[in-house]
Amino acid sequence: MAEHDPAHNAGTVTLAAAPPAGHVVPARVLLAVWTLLIVLTAATVWVTHFDLGRLNLWIALGIATVKAAFVLLYFMHLRYDHPLNAMWFIFALFFVALFLGGTLTDTEQYQAQLIPGYAPAMTEQSATRQ
Amino acid sequence: MGMEAGSRPQGESSMHAHAANPYLAHHFDTPQQQFESGKLAMWIFLATEVLLFSGLFCAYAVYRANHPEIFVWGHKYLDVTLGGINTVILICSSLTMAWGVRAAQLGRKRLLVTCLSLTLLGGAGFLGIKYVEYKHKWHDGLLWAGQYNPRHGDTESGHSPAEALLAGTPATQPAGAMQSAGMTPRGEGQPAGHAAGTIEPALRPFTASPAAPTVRPEAAAGQAPPTAHSESLKAERSMLPMAAVGPPGLRVSEQTGTYQLAAEQAPRQLWIFFSIYFLMTGLHALHVIGGLGAISWILVRSAQGQFGPMYYTPVDLVGLYWHLVDVIWIFLFPLLYLIH
Repeated sequence: MAEHDPAHNAGTVTLAAAPPAGHVVPARVLLAVWTLLIVLTAATVWVTHFDLGRLNLWIALGIATVKAAFVLLYFMHLRYDHPLNAMWFIFALFFVALFLGGTLTDTEQYQAQLIPGYAPAMTEQSATRQ
Repeated sequence: MGMEAGSRPQGESSMHAHAANPYLAHHFDTPQQQFESGKLAMWIFLATEVLLFSGLFCAYAVYRANHPEIFVWGHKYLDVTLGGINTVILICSSLTMAWGVRAAQLGRKRLLVTCLSLTLLGGAGFLGIKYVEYKHKWHDGLLWAGQYNPRHGDTESGHSPAEALLAGTPATQPAGAMQSAGMTPRGEGQPAGHAAGTIEPALRPFTASPAAPTVRPEAAAGQAPPTAHSESLKAERSMLPMAAVGPPGLRVSEQTGTYQLAAEQAPRQLWIFFSIYFLMTGLHALHVIGGLGAISWILVRSAQGQFGPMYYTPVDLVGLYWHLVDVIWIFLFPLLYLIH
């Protein structure tokens, strides 16, 4: 709460009437998040120079998720907002996870075997597994 | 007691605000309530946007799970430098947007106008680079399913086995596409057309002889100055299997006897990558265009001095939208450009 006060004071000083809700994100926080996003972008390009197998995909997705989280929390104020806003977004992500998870589970079970030669890389995988 | 003391001045000020604030709709008690309602609605909209894009991400995941070799192959046609620059541009424009919201909250009109202008500039720059990338693919015929018709002869053709395999595509295309590919060559200007006579599409049903896609000598010899892109493709040459062998994933199925069918299918399936690429980046680009429109609208309004600490809801909500566009690109960039 203490960190909210200066911002609100700044608002009330500028304007006599009641300021609407809204947390003013400090300039250095914005700059720090921006720096982090640029560094992570460089990192995600740099890491592709190493062949880590399947891990490459997960590292890329992990870095993207961290970047997205910082944009959401600070640029989009979710950290300072009413939790209801974040809840809506998390609900959406939950349903996306269900959607993707269900579809992928299904396709990995059947798709490769349905049409001969349709998904050679997947048949290769299942062959090496057995 | 403390509550009363806290709430009474607020009630008074809201009555003042009703009179003083022309932007406070009469069905809201306070500017704060109005702001939070609008913001909640925006978040609900953003949730639906996430669900909209998730359909395409799902298509991406299914096709990548089934055909990893197509994605490994296809992403070599995307320019990581241009994609990376676009990522940085969007992140910078997100920063200027967040800074603009801050300026509006603090009532600094000139800073707000500057920030919004810079954000507009960033979005326009992003679209400009996207245009260059699209134009290059359009020129090379690397388009979505129905229009997928790779064109060779000026920059990369004949060098990369991947290109040579792509050259075999007409053999598996529908009749109409086959005609445009070689039987009845189109002129240079045709977007989906094929460079006349540079490649002879050899019909090779169920055969995988190395000679299948015939590249004429002049196509391989007469080259335009190599671009950075073709250099990188050349560098990758050792990693790519022979054209007749196909992508790494195809080799093993040779043992099972499905190799020939698979090799014949591989070029056809390469459409998938470009279909998904254009769908995802295209829908994203439409959102960028929409965002630019919205930012222009609040730029005009902020130049008129309509926003300040009392009322900056449109700036904040357009900002949220713009950041979501950035977030989606943050996922699109590694998924499309940085496949390993």
